[in-house]
Amino acid sequence: MLEALLNAFPNLALLAWDPPGWGANLGRGLANSLQIALGAYALGLAIGTGGAFGKLYGGPMTRDLLAIYTTVVRAVPELVLILILYFAVTDLVNQGLVSFGYDRIQISGVAAGIAVLGVVQGAYSVEVIRGAILAVPSGQLEAARAMGMPPGKAAWRITLPLMLSNAIPGLANLWLIATKDTALLAIVGFAELTLQTRQAASSTKAFLTFFLAAGLLYLMVTLVSTAIFGRIEKWARRGQRSGGAGQ
Amino acid sequence: MGAARPTQRGGRSMIELETPTRFWQTHRIVMAAIAAVVVLACILLLRWDWLPKYLPLIGEGIWRTLWLLVITSFLGFFMAIPLGLAQAAGPWYLAMPAKVFCTVIRGTPLLLQLWLLYFGLGSLFPQFPAIRQSELWPYLRQAWPYAIVALTFSFAGYEGEVMRGAFKGVPGGQLEAARAMGMPRFTILRRIWLPLAIQRALPTLGGETVLQLKATPLVATITVVDIYAVASRVRQDTFIVYEPLLLLAVVYMVITGVIVLAFRWFEHRVPSRVA
Repeated sequence: MLEALLNAFPNLALLAWDPPGWGANLGRGLANSLQIALGAYALGLAIGTGGAFGKLYGGPMTRDLLAIYTTVVRAVPELVLILILYFAVTDLVNQGLVSFGYDRIQISGVAAGIAVLGVVQGAYSVEVIRGAILAVPSGQLEAARAMGMPPGKAAWRITLPLMLSNAIPGLANLWLIATKDTALLAIVGFAELTLQTRQAASSTKAFLTFFLAAGLLYLMVTLVSTAIFGRIEKWARRGQRSGGAGQ
Repeated sequence: MGAARPTQRGGRSMIELETPTRFWQTHRIVMAAIAAVVVLACILLLRWDWLPKYLPLIGEGIWRTLWLLVITSFLGFFMAIPLGLAQAAGPWYLAMPAKVFCTVIRGTPLLLQLWLLYFGLGSLFPQFPAIRQSELWPYLRQAWPYAIVALTFSFAGYEGEVMRGAFKGVPGGQLEAARAMGMPRFTILRRIWLPLAIQRALPTLGGETVLQLKATPLVATITVVDIYAVASRVRQDTFIVYEPLLLLAVVYMVITGVIVLAFRWFEHRVPSRVA
């Protein structure tokens, strides 16, 4: 019984950085995952900010189109969206290139991953940012208007700082979702952490060792990001009365 | 959608009240027409000749997806109640493990958890003769028990966190009143605390269930044949790329719509204000 358990964890030397071990592969996978998560998060934030303002202040057409975008993306599993967008985007880009007389190109996994996850993240961040803007007390904006602030300045000085403290918890959640969603790219064959782990595990047969190691890496990313976002929230809530986290 | 709904809470109702517009505005009619043309073009121009042949398989896949969703949501919710209770009011030796469980589940990708259970434990179990001779072995050799365990844990992890907040959010006066009436602790939980907490968690429960639906296609990677796996098989068999994926998206959107409507109906039936 004990022997079998020991066999399941042959030795931790498999996780060593140098070639007999697979540490370098896992490290590269983690770097890839983080790179895609960061890119997708940034793209999602850009889409989210634009979309939130469009949904709040845009014309009826913009509003309806954005509503369709957020509803569809949030109703279909990320895995299916990734496959559709992955095939469709690479196909469209290549068809465009061919029709303009260029050669077909191989779209890099990183670019495709960032684009696809960014579109998914965007739909969620539209809602987060829209909710945060709506939660800004209207008296604050009216006061700014009464003082004669132009709309741009009021947005920058009043809405943005006030909505930030409301948006941070939701945005922190989105970042965690972004890091975990990169694992889905393993299914389209992109060498991020989960796929690297699976390859290492199936070639050494040490499944438990590698999957537990990868789980630990993801968990560390989560815990570190949670701590960082906690700091940011504290900063964003500075000067607010009974904000819970701050003074 | 556009009609005024005074029951809505917060600033949203204000905005909707200011513009009590009809649903069928001019631009919506144009958009609906464009959408109809796109759908017609999809039906007429794309290849759907594979559909009759795979129809039984598709039905089976949808059935399996729904079944996985219902079972794991129910089991997960029943696991979430003690997890939330332990974190909200339990002693530290119960609160700590519950918190660690929720953090680990929420901090790692579901795909990794699924593969850890299926490949990791699945490769560990056969090494124990005791397990191989037990009556559970025929089940442990298949993929679906691992899928159910992973999805249940995932739902319990996320919902446990929600239930923690819900248990904490129940007004203390309600519990004090129950205690003052001389109710035993378990009766308080059953009659006062739990119903009030579930009522508070209900709005998020619908969202969690939709998220759970969106997590189910991952089980296709461990050879459970749900609707996603059927679509992948069509793609591999016929080399048709877009059509199965479009069908898949439509199926998931319909199921999501049904879940959202069901929870809305359910929420309307539960009285939302106490006295």
